[in-house]
Amino acid sequence: MTNLLCPPSTYPHHSVPLARRYTKEHEWVSVDGAVGTVGISDYAQQALGDVVFVELPEVGKEVEKGSQVAAVESVKAASDIYAPVTGKVVEANEELAKNPTWINESPYEKGWICKIQLSNPAEFETLLNEESYKVHVEESAH
Amino acid sequence: MVPFAGWEMPVQYADMGVLQSHHHVRESAGLFDVSHMLQTKITGSDHLAFLSRVLVADLSSVPSDRAQLSLITNDRGGIIDDCVVQRRDDHVYLVSNAGTRDKDLAHLHTQLEIFRKEGGDVALEVMEGESLLALQGPKSAQALATLITAPSSPDFLASIPFMAAADVDVAGVPVRLTRCGYTGEDGFEISLPHSEAPRIAELLLSSLGGSVVKLAGLGPRDSLRLEAGLCLYGHDVDEDVSPVEAGLAWTISKKRRAEGGFLGAETILDQIKSGPTRKRVGLIVDGAPAREGAQILSLSGEKLGKVTSGAPSPSLKKNVAMGYVPAGQSKLGTELQVEVRGKKYNAKVVKMPFVPARYYKPN
Repeated sequence: MTNLLCPPSTYPHHSVPLARRYTKEHEWVSVDGAVGTVGISDYAQQALGDVVFVELPEVGKEVEKGSQVAAVESVKAASDIYAPVTGKVVEANEELAKNPTWINESPYEKGWICKIQLSNPAEFETLLNEESYKVHVEESAH
Repeated sequence: MVPFAGWEMPVQYADMGVLQSHHHVRESAGLFDVSHMLQTKITGSDHLAFLSRVLVADLSSVPSDRAQLSLITNDRGGIIDDCVVQRRDDHVYLVSNAGTRDKDLAHLHTQLEIFRKEGGDVALEVMEGESLLALQGPKSAQALATLITAPSSPDFLASIPFMAAADVDVAGVPVRLTRCGYTGEDGFEISLPHSEAPRIAELLLSSLGGSVVKLAGLGPRDSLRLEAGLCLYGHDVDEDVSPVEAGLAWTISKKRRAEGGFLGAETILDQIKSGPTRKRVGLIVDGAPAREGAQILSLSGEKLGKVTSGAPSPSLKKNVAMGYVPAGQSKLGTELQVEVRGKKYNAKVVKMPFVPARYYKPN
């Protein structure tokens, strides 16, 4: 995996978060080996407001990139969360279901939603990197 | 900001999320700019006779300076709009929805013409120059009292019960004050000239030290009215729903039930007698919040109706919803199911309002 923002060779692997990639729909995924951890971005959690319910996927569920994998609800609205990559759900953040506000408080750490075993690792590289995502957010804000 | 009935409206303001803003209104006070709503004045020597045709209200029995929730009905017994109508000395002041502005006015003008052809003296005037501020929450009266310059009695507001109105001066500006709202809390709607609205709003926001009254947007307005069991026009009620089905038959007095005379009276009065086939109910839904459009099912999976509004209730920390079910399934305590994203969740018919109203009654 190429990682332009923080190359693994120059940082100790355990102390630096893995590079995230983003979808235009504001999901993020970070990949460790062939397993991607999925959540929603800080921008998305802010736009959504206080999250009160998270619907997690079933472990074992096969998902296509762009298909619905989870749902997040705030007082304002329900939002479908789409799989940023194709693969099989290998873990769901059960603790998050009990603490939905983690999405707001810690969107990139405690607020992860599920882990997907990538069936097509090349898909990861097609997602937006930190910089392009930032541009995308700025553009959508106007 | 979101587009709403041709206006750009804030869902929330920068200093607070929907949840926080919701709690702030329940605990302190919120200020909603509801100037998008349609304010009209109905005048003329026969204005009450005219209104008895287009509204279900019994205005001839209402004293001046008293308001009530009423309904504009169509000839099929459906609801064209809901409104707050208030008697004044020589006219009636009506506040109705922004989203229905054009059709309300078209309907009222059509009826006006018919009435005039019959020789009636009535006129309708849209109060274009007036803003409307809704101050809502338990500290509303306390905050507003600091700005009332006339009448000078310090406990003047204590004499105004829920659904009563008065002309007062707020910071020197004559306004029309009505003790009503859309949150289930004590509060006021203040009708005042556009030119003075920003200044009065600023004064309310800075009253009592500046942390008591906070701006509130459409987000909390919706969650608050839902908890209060109040209908949102176009969602919970519309032209194909009768007042009886909607649980709003209480807006039709004994006298009006006996005399009829409003559009759709036959259908509506018949339904009052024989009972409606479906009813609006309140639901508490387990698991996922059920939103508008969610299917309501019996325990055996039979499709019963749809949710018309629903959200997680910030005050109850439960999912609340309203929707329509066959009258036979509408009894309090009935166990039902609601489908959200293909999954069925248990739901129970409960009493509305979900959160008890705290309207003001003088001692």
